[in-house]
Amino acid sequence: MVVDGIADETGDIVDRLFHALADGTRRDILRRCVRGELSVSRLAAAYPMSFAAVHKHVAVLERAGLVTKERRGREQLVRTDPDAVGRARRALDELESAWRARVDRMSGLLAEDDDGGGGPRAPDLRENTTKGPDG
Amino acid sequence: MTVTSVDKDVENLTLTLVADFGAPVERVWQLWADPRRLERWWGPPTYPATFEEHDLTPGGGVKYYMTGPDGEKFGGWWRVSSVTPPRALEFTDGFSDQDGKPDPEMPTTEVRMTLTEHEGGTRMELRSVFDTREQMEQLTKMGMEEGLTLAVGQMDALLAE
Repeated sequence: MVVDGIADETGDIVDRLFHALADGTRRDILRRCVRGELSVSRLAAAYPMSFAAVHKHVAVLERAGLVTKERRGREQLVRTDPDAVGRARRALDELESAWRARVDRMSGLLAEDDDGGGGPRAPDLRENTTKGPDG
Repeated sequence: MTVTSVDKDVENLTLTLVADFGAPVERVWQLWADPRRLERWWGPPTYPATFEEHDLTPGGGVKYYMTGPDGEKFGGWWRVSSVTPPRALEFTDGFSDQDGKPDPEMPTTEVRMTLTEHEGGTRMELRSVFDTREQMEQLTKMGMEEGLTLAVGQMDALLAE
């Protein structure tokens, strides 16, 4: 379900972000430019495509906020913006943390069963032990 | 380590996690299928979950809330799309508003969970996919970060006990 309220500016930004990341050449450009700035002509030499095509890819990345482009003399230098990549990863990192914690709790429950000997037993009533001596 | 591997695919908004447990498939399944077991691991210890509805049948629903340290309640829901006891479960996982209804402005994920026998124990493979890019970003925006960071901290404390 699409909610109009969400399709705000942030939604547009994120759309551009993932459109930009969905292409192999553009991801490769990101990887190359994360190690340091590279000129568009230098990038163009690395791919079996025209300068104009590479320039177009860089423009998509720039609109998504993934790279910045700076003109220096006759060259256009491209640099990866690590913050933008970081934003996209953060949501997945958070989901990972949540599931890791859950898996550990699942594991703990199964181990409790083993300590009790025999098969699964009725779950204990949860005791509130969050207030330990150390606070 | 219980968690064997984690793969985060930013392009496809997908988290894939593999975990191994030293218990038979049926017992791991019960952690999902028995709401009293489920509420002991779904929420962090400081935000314990209470499952009010728990219908693991295709089209069935699950309704729960988590209670914070100050008594504040945070609701959530699942919509079950497919279930194959004791091996597989697919559902949409979302948040509820104050009235306990699905909150369309909060992110949802499509979860697919499978259990297989593995080296005398059970391997759980879990895939969680954000529905849309907007929602993925929304999760970060809504301050979930704090809650989840807290969950990890509580886990550490539990393990140290």
